[in-house]
Amino acid sequence: MERSRADILLEIADDELILGWRNSEWTGIAPMLEEDVAFSSIAQNEIGHARALYELAARALGTTADALALDRRPEEYRCAPFVELRRLEWARTIARHWLYETADQIRLESLKDSGDREIAALAAKIDREEVYHRLHAEMWIDRLLSNPEGSAKLQEAVEELWPYALGMLDDELRPVLVERVRTALPFELPDVEPVTRGQHTAELGELLQEMTAVRHSAPEGAEW
Amino acid sequence: MVTAISALRTWLTGPEPRQQSPRRLRSRVSAADVWDALAEIPDPEIPAISLVDLGVVRKVEVEDARVRVAFTPTFLGCPALETMKLQIEAAIAALGAQPEVEVLADDSWSTDRITPEGREKLRAAGFAPPAPREAAAPTLLQLQSAVFRCPYCGSRETKLENLFGPTPCRSLRYCESCRQPFEQFKTI
Repeated sequence: MERSRADILLEIADDELILGWRNSEWTGIAPMLEEDVAFSSIAQNEIGHARALYELAARALGTTADALALDRRPEEYRCAPFVELRRLEWARTIARHWLYETADQIRLESLKDSGDREIAALAAKIDREEVYHRLHAEMWIDRLLSNPEGSAKLQEAVEELWPYALGMLDDELRPVLVERVRTALPFELPDVEPVTRGQHTAELGELLQEMTAVRHSAPEGAEW
Repeated sequence: MVTAISALRTWLTGPEPRQQSPRRLRSRVSAADVWDALAEIPDPEIPAISLVDLGVVRKVEVEDARVRVAFTPTFLGCPALETMKLQIEAAIAALGAQPEVEVLADDSWSTDRITPEGREKLRAAGFAPPAPREAAAPTLLQLQSAVFRCPYCGSRETKLENLFGPTPCRSLRYCESCRQPFEQFKTI
């Protein structure tokens, strides 16, 4: 079935919002101060992208960005299960970060060529910022691959996350991801079925409860 | 004599139209007035530089008493975005005009749009100005190379400490010559 414009926007916005939230969970507790700063900043960017995407979707749907981000039921979110996973373990965090940025780049490249001028323009803006996320992820992949212990940890993490990463993209773009990841990594990828969009993990429900607690404590709106 | 007639007219018909003129004067705000007012607004996160220096103001249109301003965020997740919007609205309202501020979510702003004055103000405040945008996206190798100048001593013996910094638009570098950490404006 052909997805509507709002569907496409919401998929990406939800991915960015939920992963942004997951990244922000490192604030204050990352294994080193530099990474505390990096993951906090990346989180801020991803949530900023989500806001811009929600605003575009909200205009089409006659609602607001806040309502889309915070007032939907868990089953209405369109994020991929990949971004929902709560992995407070460094090698997996890095593996997800790199796999996500690789898949996101493929998606953004396709959106930049979109005939929809607003979507193409926003994708171009987002892509400029994502460059720094990719460089950061790439730097960490290089670091892990530079020694046997790091390589083994990365391989284990990628093997575990691979079905989820595949599920981020649709059938058309998925082969591009397989090709790029194969080229970049020195080990074989498992042959698995993707964990696709449309299903959710239990971790999403918990995340949403926490994320929307303040908003739902004042349903009439609050003055700050 | 004129004064007496004027006083009599005022007594008979109320104040002359000219005395209501603040409203009419206000409607004569020019685009140049707006640009001047915007040039007074400091960047909320780097107050050394104004929004005009930063090059984020993309359009000023004046139509009677309505002023339309369009600006781009440096980064979409910039927490100063709302503050910038409110400050622009306040500056226009202070000119007596009706503000309409639009945030452009596109790729029309680049750090190349920071004015030469803006770059100098950044450097003087301890922020290394951004490198020019190139056709291809920056690479790790470029960012790790010693081509970025320390804003304090001018040495190129600087190294990348962190791609990220205190705000989305900055990264952290360290100068091996004067042993100062400094913030490098990212190229966008």
